[in-house]
Amino acid sequence: MNDLFDIGGKHLQSRLFIGTGKFADDALIPEVCEASGSQVITTALRRVDLDATTDNIMQHIPKRMTLLPNTSGARNATEAVRIARLARAMGCGDWIKIEVISDSKYLLPDGYETAKATEILAKEGFVVLPYMNPDLYVARSLVDAGAAAVMPLGAPIGTNRGLRTEEMLRILIEEIELPIIVDAGIGRPSEACQAMEMGAAAVLVNTAIATAIDPLAMGRAFGNAVRAGREAYLAGPGATRTLASASSPLTEFLSGAQA
Amino acid sequence: MSFLPICQELNSQPLDELIGTQDENAVLRALNKVSLRPEDFMALLSPAAETHLEAMAQEAHKRTVQHFGRTIQLFTPLYLANHCSNHCVYCGFNARNDIPRSQLTMDELLIEARAIAATGMKHLLILTGEAPNKAGVDYLEQALAVLAPIFPSVSIEVFPMDEADYARLIRAGVDGLTIFQETYNPELYAILHPAGPKRDYAYRLEAPDRGCRAGMRVVNLGGLLGLDDWRRESFLTGMHAAHLLHAYPGVDIAVSLPRMRPHTGEFQPAYVVEDQHLVQIMMALRLFLPRLSITISTREAPAFRDNIVPLGVTRMSAGVTTAVGGHTKGNETAQFEISDSRSADEMCAALKARGYQPVFKDWESISGSPRPEAAR
Repeated sequence: MNDLFDIGGKHLQSRLFIGTGKFADDALIPEVCEASGSQVITTALRRVDLDATTDNIMQHIPKRMTLLPNTSGARNATEAVRIARLARAMGCGDWIKIEVISDSKYLLPDGYETAKATEILAKEGFVVLPYMNPDLYVARSLVDAGAAAVMPLGAPIGTNRGLRTEEMLRILIEEIELPIIVDAGIGRPSEACQAMEMGAAAVLVNTAIATAIDPLAMGRAFGNAVRAGREAYLAGPGATRTLASASSPLTEFLSGAQA
Repeated sequence: MSFLPICQELNSQPLDELIGTQDENAVLRALNKVSLRPEDFMALLSPAAETHLEAMAQEAHKRTVQHFGRTIQLFTPLYLANHCSNHCVYCGFNARNDIPRSQLTMDELLIEARAIAATGMKHLLILTGEAPNKAGVDYLEQALAVLAPIFPSVSIEVFPMDEADYARLIRAGVDGLTIFQETYNPELYAILHPAGPKRDYAYRLEAPDRGCRAGMRVVNLGGLLGLDDWRRESFLTGMHAAHLLHAYPGVDIAVSLPRMRPHTGEFQPAYVVEDQHLVQIMMALRLFLPRLSITISTREAPAFRDNIVPLGVTRMSAGVTTAVGGHTKGNETAQFEISDSRSADEMCAALKARGYQPVFKDWESISGSPRPEAAR
């Protein structure tokens, strides 16, 4: 099936994005990349340590992966912009996932500051993927600001609670021209599959894979689920019905088939 | 509003009785909740919870992995000076103690900093006593000019100061504040701090609020366990953290659980906090405040530190000396004896053996220009 996902000048075959956080051993990362088939991996710039005398997270990321550094720790647009520029200066490429969070309890993103950072960085030539609450107006402002995709949350980050924002995601998928990448909250492969069936362009999954008892098997399961959901979306599922089709329709008489 | 009026109100309640009379039903209710209220936290700190430690452990483990993964962030302390004008009766740096006093020069500091950096440590906690005319804000600012180019994250554990001074140190490269109230009991506090600027209970109690307002990224609280009844002290520590989390949502709030052990010195802890009590406190905090960072120092023994890794702790010190210049000059003037003398490498190996990833670097200073080595 030729169904490439074009974003930021790249043609991706996998619609599963993964992350580097929360692994019990960073050495698992290359195996998870392999097992999941993912081609894009996000990492917090704050964890990147190019001059580490000990373990360096970057050494575990396979060269074939597209690196999506994120601005984790930024509390406003100014800090997010600084982190993005630092990422570029450190050789992490032009892709940047904007995370602007000033709420350490629920880690919900600040839409206004996110849009400001997106506008500045898009003008500087970054491929900007902002993490956001699934709010239509914020999404529209991110489109205007030059985002390459929008990344609405399915549930608060790290909660594994699934697509709690399903109705809002549906609206974004319907209304926003940019790719919708569901980020945060997806806890099970079935939920990733559901997001893809709904028409999401991709999903990002970190906690559910990294904290699974067997992260490799879970990475593989997510890869399969995302492919299944995408195929189902493209196949165009039949309409669901709330009632079974009546075998003796009450309106049969209208067809003129009266005895 | 700062924590002071909240603490005064809480201290006016019969907290010992409220915590002591929690029953098993209250514990089970707390264990089955997603969002816990202060009364649930009381139940988990109560004697009634002592027969439910395993259930608490399972839940605490689950929530810690969910929010922090199987990771432990490592840091190391650097003692800059041990001059002190305070008379804290439990402290080795007490002004009345006849010990060699010293303060690192900037040249000595650079040597010490490089020795620490060579071990791979990236998060540094700098400490002084309270002697503002010797090791005051100016001195700290000079020290930060030496340290900020070397370490991506520098926190201070010094003396309480005004908001403007905190802001000044943040501009100089500080991103974290550690300050322990020692005890939330104002009467006991007065007895334990008979002289020196630290006598001012309220000024110290409000220091974390001032640090948060000044723009600290991390604020780490703590009570010195063993000075007073640990259930009440831990409840107030948790309420202090809850206040800061609510009032300053952008700040990463952390709690340390420093425990005094019976030792050979003159001052003995009034209350012995056993291992199971420390574990109960840590798990109660985790369930009450799931995203709270929890710090465990090398006061604790290696085997105990290894065993509590899955139960809620998120930060640990390693490669520790509590003496001024202890990384290069020896250990004669230590503030207190540590129990876990493992190096950074040994600590890493121990964490990996437990299936945990040691995290050396979890911040990149963005207040100034990029660090020379980071910009490479």
